[in-house]
Parts: sequence; structure tokens; C-alpha cells
Amino acid sequence: MPLQLDFASVLDQWPLLLRGAAWTIGLTAVATLLGGVIGVLCAWARSGGPRPLRWIAGAYVELIRNTPFIVQLFFIFFGLPELGIRLSPAVASILAMTVNLGAYATEILRAGIEATPRGQIEAAESLALTRAQIFTRVVLPPALRKVWPALVSQIVIVMLGSAVCGQISTEELSYATNLIQSRNFRAFEAYIVGTLSYLALAILVRNLLHWAGPRFLFGR
Amino acid sequence: MPEFTLWDILRNLLLAARWTVALSLIAFVGGTVVGLLLLLLRLSGRRALASLVGAYVQLFQGTPLLMQLFLLYFGLAMVGVNTSAWLAACVALTLYASAYLTEIWRGCVAAIPRGQWEASASLALSFGQQFRHIILPQALRIAVAPTVGFLVQVVKGTALASVIGFVELTKAGGMIANVTYEPMLTYACVAALYFALCFPISLYARVLERKLA
Repeated sequence: MPLQLDFASVLDQWPLLLRGAAWTIGLTAVATLLGGVIGVLCAWARSGGPRPLRWIAGAYVELIRNTPFIVQLFFIFFGLPELGIRLSPAVASILAMTVNLGAYATEILRAGIEATPRGQIEAAESLALTRAQIFTRVVLPPALRKVWPALVSQIVIVMLGSAVCGQISTEELSYATNLIQSRNFRAFEAYIVGTLSYLALAILVRNLLHWAGPRFLFGR
Repeated sequence: MPEFTLWDILRNLLLAARWTVALSLIAFVGGTVVGLLLLLLRLSGRRALASLVGAYVQLFQGTPLLMQLFLLYFGLAMVGVNTSAWLAACVALTLYASAYLTEIWRGCVAAIPRGQWEASASLALSFGQQFRHIILPQALRIAVAPTVGFLVQVVKGTALASVIGFVELTKAGGMIANVTYEPMLTYACVAALYFALCFPISLYARVLERKLA
């Protein structure tokens, strides 16, 4: 039997795909904001915080970076209810993505922060800036600029990783793809369309962040 | 109802972890071979070939590994190959690893000064000879650390094979959690085993990196 592909019956379901893509973007946006905050806090703790904090942040980073995202997600979604913490699929997905991105962002930002020339901090100290002012005004903006490309790559990786969230029935793009193929039995075509949608999203998000970073976060 | 001890859980997880290790090794070795071939195509100087490999890398780095697994799982069946989750996982992870490895190594080769190629060409060495005797030994030195680091990504990537039904560490964890009604303990053990696999590799990669600097 020759290979016959039928994309029309997949593309017919475009509202489902669009909704899934919107979910994927939404999850990624929230996780990026929250994970970015965690990353900044932990990077500060690791590079200049008190010793116990430094140790805790280090353990968090190593623990997350050396275990698969799917296991982190399942631990949160299936494991936490044992403690009485029952999360909806969407909240569990956001939590897992945030915790995951936070750990990688910590490592990336730390590299940028540690590259700050000593003299700049001394100059800021001599201007009687407080430690908080020095961190947010002198250290952080150039650090962000330096590591922005790495951070953008990591955000895209987390977005692609979020395909796993469909496994706990979060209604994102991979879930929509799966739904379509269970309706029309066109699995191969559905996954081709789904995969290419992810590719388009990845390119879109990467370009958007490269454009937005210098404009809104750290100046040119 | 039978009681399950921590040892029962751990023992079964350890048995399943063998498959995680096996799948990681196959994907890594396979990815090395395919990645090296792709690297040679990219360096061969034909522009069409180079951009084809570039597109291949983009495709695998810009899409979720999970979708790649599904695609191969259903795609292989469509072209008439009798698929199993095991075969689909091996092929998908091999291709995934090859895309990343070839991109890592391209960076390492690009770090070798152009003059080295030109000097070896002026000695009338063929492309293969230039690559094997002049470029490879130098590029290999800087390639080792990031390559070992990528092995961690491969080990973590094998966890996704559980989704298409291949019984490795994560899938076994899910099955055990269903039987014991202790998902938290089980997934904590699963995470601990992945950590035990990945953390030493991460540390080793860091040591290698430091040695080079």
C-alpha cells in the first residue's frame, strides 16, 4: 500500500491547535516571569548571599538540573496530593516549569553576575549606594545583557519541554495534537502538524525575546 | 493487601534503571556516529549539504523531543516497519543526540584557527587527512567537556520514552506508584536514581572544563 497522507482532516481542527498553542505560550509566559524572579533571587544568593542560603540555592540548582522534567512534573502532580496539596493540571504544570526554569536561570544569571568587574561595585559603594541598589542598578542590568542569549535559549527549551505537560491533561499544544489524532486516527499527520507548530512557536518566541530584551529589560 | 517496603520499591526501580542506562548508551553511541557523519557533511565545503545539515539541527533543536518520539513511533509504523516502543525510542533519541552533538562539535571545529586547515592543505593532505590528522586531535581536546555534559541531557531525555510505553525508570516509577499508592515516595526514589546517574557525569564534565581552562 502506498503511503497516503491526509493533512486536510488535521488542519480542519485548527481551532483546537490554536487553543493548544495559546496554552503553550501562556504557560511559558507565566513560567518565564516567575522562573526569572527565582533565578535572580537564587543567583544573588549564590554569588553574594550568606553561606546557608548559598548552599540551599546550590542544592536546588543541582537537584533540578540532574533530574528529568517529566519526573519533576509527576512528583508535583501525583506526589504532592499525599501532603494534601492538590493542584490542577495547569497549576502543576506552571509550578514544574517555574521550578525547572528557575534552576537553569540561576546558573545562567550567576555567570553574568560574577563577570561584573570588581571596580564597578567599588565605585558604586563609594557613591554610598546601598547593597540592594548596587545589585539592581549596577550589577544586574549588564549581567542580563551578557547572558540574554543563553537565557532566551533556555526559555525556548522549557517551552518545548512543556509538551510533557499534556501527559497530566494540561490542554496545551501536544495535548491538542493527541486529541486530534484520537478523533480522526491520522496520528502521523497530526504529529507532523503539531511538531511544525512547535517549531514555529520556538522561532517566534526566540525572535520576540531577542527583540524585547534590550528594549524593556536592560537598555541598549 | 500486600505491604511494600522501601526496598521493594527501590529494587524494582533499580531493575528498570538498567533500561534507562541501556537506552542512554545506545542513543549516545548512535548519536556520536550519526553526528560525526553529519559534521563531515557540513565541513565538506558543499553549501547545499551544509545548509541541509543546518536545517536538520534546527528541526531537532526547535521541536520537543516528545513530539519527535511520537512522530517516529507512528511514522515508522506507516512506512511498514514493525515498530516497538523500544525501536522508536532508540531511533528518536539517536537522531536527537546526533543533532545536538554535531552542533556542539561544529563549534569546536570552528574554534580551530583557519590557518591550520590552510597549512595542512598546502602540505597536499586530502580533506579526510586534514580532518583526521590536524583538526580532529585539536578539536577533540575542547569537545570532550561539552560532549560529556550533553550525556546528562541524553539520560534525562530517555525519561520521555516512558510516554510511548517503554518501561524504563520513569515508566516503572509510574507503575509502582499505582500499585503501592505511594506516589511521593516512589517519584522521590525515581528522581534520586536519575540524580545518582546524572550528577557524577555533571561533576566530571565540570572537572574536564576546569582542566582545559
